[in-house]
Amino acid sequence: MSTTTLTPKITMAQAINTALRDAMTADDRVVVFGEDVGPLGGVFRVTDGLTASFGEDRCFDTPLAESGIVGMAIGMAMNGMRPVIEMQFDAFAFPAFEQIVSHVAKMANRTRGKVRLPMVIRVPYAGGVGGVEHHCDSSEAYYAHTPGLLVVTPATNADAYGLLRAAIDSPDPVIFLEPKKQYFSKEEVDVTAPVPPIGRAVVRREGRDATLITYGPSVPVALAAAEQAAAEGRDVGVVDVRSIVPFDDETVCAAVRATGRAVVVAEAPGFASVASEIAARVTERCFHHLEAPVRRVTGFDIPFPAPKLERHQLPGVDRILDAVDDLQWEES
Amino acid sequence: MSDSLSRMLDEHGNVVEGVDPATLPPLADLLDGYRALVVARRFNDQASALVRQGRLAVYPSSHGQEACQVAAATVLGEHDWLFPTYRDCAAVVTRGVDPVEVLTLLAGEWHCGYDPVATRVAPQCTPLATQLPHAVGVAHAARLKGEDTVVMALCGDGATSEGDFHEALNFAAVFRAPVVFLVQNNKYAISVPLARQSAAPSLAAKGVGYGVPAELVDGNDLAALTSVLAAAVERARSGGGPTLVEADTYRIQAHTNADDASRYRNDDEVAKWLPRDPLLRLKAYLTAQGVLDAEREAAFAQVAEEMAAHVRAGSAGEGTADPSELFRHVFAEPTPQLREQSELLAAELTADLEAAR
Repeated sequence: MSTTTLTPKITMAQAINTALRDAMTADDRVVVFGEDVGPLGGVFRVTDGLTASFGEDRCFDTPLAESGIVGMAIGMAMNGMRPVIEMQFDAFAFPAFEQIVSHVAKMANRTRGKVRLPMVIRVPYAGGVGGVEHHCDSSEAYYAHTPGLLVVTPATNADAYGLLRAAIDSPDPVIFLEPKKQYFSKEEVDVTAPVPPIGRAVVRREGRDATLITYGPSVPVALAAAEQAAAEGRDVGVVDVRSIVPFDDETVCAAVRATGRAVVVAEAPGFASVASEIAARVTERCFHHLEAPVRRVTGFDIPFPAPKLERHQLPGVDRILDAVDDLQWEES
Repeated sequence: MSDSLSRMLDEHGNVVEGVDPATLPPLADLLDGYRALVVARRFNDQASALVRQGRLAVYPSSHGQEACQVAAATVLGEHDWLFPTYRDCAAVVTRGVDPVEVLTLLAGEWHCGYDPVATRVAPQCTPLATQLPHAVGVAHAARLKGEDTVVMALCGDGATSEGDFHEALNFAAVFRAPVVFLVQNNKYAISVPLARQSAAPSLAAKGVGYGVPAELVDGNDLAALTSVLAAAVERARSGGGPTLVEADTYRIQAHTNADDASRYRNDDEVAKWLPRDPLLRLKAYLTAQGVLDAEREAAFAQVAEEMAAHVRAGSAGEGTADPSELFRHVFAEPTPQLREQSELLAAELTADLEAAR
């Protein structure tokens, strides 16, 4: 890996902040707004200093009303701007659901492509932060199930920077899901690297024996599981989906065909989930390469049990390794 | 200001006592407005007829509300925006959009029929009040860009119960967005009467809670509506922020052709509103002023007939686009999944064609 253009280690929150700054500098149509994103800099400090740097017209607080925030962003996008708005927590975004489903997702289609909405809805999502009730949810399936939305989720700080730049540049609306447990994890980021295209998965770890397919907050967990598996003599690869919509069948299926065994890992409840869609797609497309049914390791189908029992809900290394163990090794 | 009804012409076309006739809009404007009312009424009737003929899927008529429709469109400048609902076809037509394009959606097509950016008319919105925050966004963006654009946002009495009505009014007030909210209080949300929507003394009274100036106006009096709305537009344009206008009017016909109004209101109630027709009173006024005679009336009717003929001709064809277009606009660049699905549908259609040969 090249190290010549890496920044010092920065947190994911800082990587996103840098992406916002760079996008606002590059394009004065980019505006940032939401709840507490102004002088406070956001409850996770993602928008720290943007109002001071760019002024109140470019980064501002709104009344506390998520539907109004999304609705206003739609109008601003209709009138030539590129809003990047924040839903403070995943479970606080639901008042905006109608705006997202009925308008953000459909405007381009119902105007026959005459009105596209180049807007980004940033959503801190998933668990792992000990948040109390209504502060943690995995809402990706709602968005992914809605035609007309691009749905992206970074798992590394470099992708948080690069994918957000790509999302802001996109002519279509993007739901940008930020794994909130990783906001304060530090990594080096190459901000001069080419912006990754939306719609491409990436192989985080090569493996010959089995493939873990995952995204967002479960990527570090899957990598830890692969590391543990290696210690136990199994070579397990990890594919980071990155872009839920559009989905990169090519990269995911190539990895699965090479191993013949796959486990999908995600925090969201498994029933009717993104993990289920991935398992179905892999099964349809790789059936003759599979040595075992595709397994899913997901959250249970229960309301998010924050925070005292949260650890039982989130896929962990042991649960992943148990699923890998289950992939009918005795027959090969 | 919000609890008294603003009116200039009474039901008989007389200037209301206490109103200085000099404050009425110029006669030439009112004459143009009357012509627009005649065209709007004809458009409503023609669209309803097309439903009966099976050429439109449905039509929510603004019959009786034409003064609101005409005033909302005519007070706007070329670069201003109009945000209509499904009942505001006549306003969109008055704004200058081709009436055939306006009826595209109600004919059962999957798109709004016109170019919102070129026409400065947002797609007609079905989910109640959801377009109002968009209107605020367009207005706020215009303000940030230093443009003097004003946005006219339409909704009905039922929509004032929705959360987005509240959020839009509140955002507009906080950001001093140049938006005029026109609530056409036609007394019914499908079957549910106003008393079940709100216990407020008036819908205009809601402006107080947002710090938004509000006005209650006779919604069947084009002169009063034009005066009130034009003043609100001017205030918005000069940086004075949003205004809420409640137009007191009545939905003369059922919600749509698919609705049976006899199940929830009686004919006597409707009959009371018929003499308050917006066309009757303006016609009486203009006739008394000596600017409207039978000849001119006939000329206006001719304009309306030509529009109606254009609508009939335009709705005669099938008009259905290539099914592959269903996949084309969802994203700027179709995803691999949509390309695959588009190919699947294309293969099905090809097979159908071959089977039919």
